Amino acid sequence: MQAFTTLTGIAAPLPVANIDTDQIIPARFLKTLTRAGLGKSLFAGLRYDADGQERPDFVLNRAPYRQAEILIALDNFGCGSSREHAPWALADFGVRCVIAPSFADIFYNNCFKNGILPLALPRAVCDALMEETGLGANARVTVDLERQVVVRANGEEIAFEIDPGRRQILLEGRDEITDTLTHGQAIDTFEALRTTAEPWRPIVHLES
Amino acid sequence: MTASALTGAPKTLFDKIWDAHHVETLASGAALLYIDRHLVHEVTSPQAFEGLRVNGRKVRRPDATLAVPDHNVPTANRDQEISDPESRLQVETLVKNVAEFGVPFIPLADRRQGIVHIIGPELGASLPGMTIVCGDSHTATHGALGALAFGIGTSEVEHVLATQTLVQLKSKTMRVTVDGALGFGVTAKDLALYIIGEIGTGGGTGYVIEYAGEAVRALSMAGRMTLCNMAIESGARAGLVAPDDTTFAYVEGRPMAPKGEDFATAKAYWANLVSDPDAVFDHEVTLDAAKIAPMITWGTSPEAVVPVTGEAPSPATLSDPAAQATRQRMLDYMGLKPGPLIGTPVDVVFIGSCTNARLEDIREAAKVAKDRKVADGVRALVVPGSGLVKAAAEAEGLDKILVNAGFEWRDPGCSMCLGMNEDKLTPGQRCISTSNRNFEGRQGPGGRTHLASPAMAAAAAVSGCIVDCREFL
Ligand code: SF4
Repeated sequence: MQAFTTLTGIAAPLPVANIDTDQIIPARFLKTLTRAGLGKSLFAGLRYDADGQERPDFVLNRAPYRQAEILIALDNFGCGSSREHAPWALADFGVRCVIAPSFADIFYNNCFKNGILPLALPRAVCDALMEETGLGANARVTVDLERQVVVRANGEEIAFEIDPGRRQILLEGRDEITDTLTHGQAIDTFEALRTTAEPWRPIVHLES
Repeated sequence: MTASALTGAPKTLFDKIWDAHHVETLASGAALLYIDRHLVHEVTSPQAFEGLRVNGRKVRRPDATLAVPDHNVPTANRDQEISDPESRLQVETLVKNVAEFGVPFIPLADRRQGIVHIIGPELGASLPGMTIVCGDSHTATHGALGALAFGIGTSEVEHVLATQTLVQLKSKTMRVTVDGALGFGVTAKDLALYIIGEIGTGGGTGYVIEYAGEAVRALSMAGRMTLCNMAIESGARAGLVAPDDTTFAYVEGRPMAPKGEDFATAKAYWANLVSDPDAVFDHEVTLDAAKIAPMITWGTSPEAVVPVTGEAPSPATLSDPAAQATRQRMLDYMGLKPGPLIGTPVDVVFIGSCTNARLEDIREAAKVAKDRKVADGVRALVVPGSGLVKAAAEAEGLDKILVNAGFEWRDPGCSMCLGMNEDKLTPGQRCISTSNRNFEGRQGPGGRTHLASPAMAAAAAVSGCIVDCREFL
């Protein structure tokens, strides 16, 4: 996984609450077998009209936000379906950080597996950052995960908190499965204990 | 072990299941949680199996894993090959992956095929006290059995396949207590929608919800599954109901449930899975069942819901400009003006999905459809949740009642819940749907979804417009 340490980039405003994963990537684009190539379908329903033409009023269709690496949105971003295609589509488009007052749980988790930082900041801070994106090409925000600060275009720093385990995963771009496999012994012990103590626990079998 | 396990402090049901699956605490402070059951479908698994392959890893516990195609599959002409090439490839990829990794699999042609969240409980693969995961947010459904069941992303699917565990931070706990009894014509679906209307789509974020109280106890297992299914629509990680005699009666005799003496042992264990009387929840909500009417959504979020006798609300009643804009956008998308919903013409009725496609739901719909006709110009689909549900409904003659009334009687799958197969809305079509999400474009680009119970949906089908189902029961 790509590590996330610090990022300076264009921030695009999306002042909408409850942006669901069906909006981030509609179901018709989930028929894929790989993680790549979903960027063009990111926000498809909002980005394109019925004929597949770009809607000029949608933020990611406008300069400089076509190059956005940061999204700023409102509450409950990423609600709905568990589809990891949502962070895959964001990453493929080039977005590495989403800032919002709150996130839906599964989307939030999924981001960390894909080198994306979902950053929960108070609504007032999100509103301020949102205003700043009006600066156009100067709307560059820095997100420094090492120092745990967001740096506004005017240099002001906003500190943030984040779970240390998740922070470390992003900083090192670590693969969680490799980590967990080093705990194989503990999993073996747990399984063995349960099999002896609770032999009634059934396994999956399909003979009818 | 968590603190409460060591001190013997009172525990919630969630704490008990969590503690029983806690393998160890990692250096980061997160828990390594053991997963009993992993359900797999074709849409969120290809990249996970590919990840195993690339890294030369095996599935640790194929015998704890069960795979089935459901999201993409056609609901008619099952004897032919899947016509959409991408859907076909995804289903074929699942077939190939389960063979390569030795995962138990229910093929499309099997009579037990169905929506993953319907077949888990139905086959006894999902049981009380288990940790159950699936690459699908509505995994919360299985919480109805008194299991800790939640949706995960594809990276976590791969993690569970490889390790049979997940790295988890413990959620907070919320108890939603519903006192009293549900009124005539008011179902678990109405209760689920009402709760979301009360706490909001973000109200459950960060929590596992335990549903309790007289009205919840009185629900059948099907009703409890409907309720827990929609826990995720309030943002909750999971929803659960403590197992009781209703649960045990449901589980006993299911193909994969423990048998004989094992069942008795299991039942004794499960009977302890209740929140201790003095257990403390991080948040408590108490609701009165008597206040609930048949519900229907008017907007593009499940929280945009009112009693059927209510109105689509005006943005002018809100003070926050952003909230006003959101509400106006919803009304515009839905093609509605503030005002009463009853009488709004509908184009499509969809009775199906993991929320409402069990036998009880089809019975509800058939009760309304009996001796009536689907209104002119309305397309009405009934998509049973599984092959076994379909067979059981046919054994009761429900299919005949529905077909005679003009409903389409389809093969099982997710179908128009998310429109990945050919069952979708066209732009501007208005649908009364028994599914769980009314997001923009959820049932097809430009489609307009009103969520409601099976009786409400069937009543709309025979009326051609939104109506109060109580007049049809
Ligand atoms: S029926 Fe709908 S909500 Fe349920 S699993 Fe299928 S797509 Fe998801």
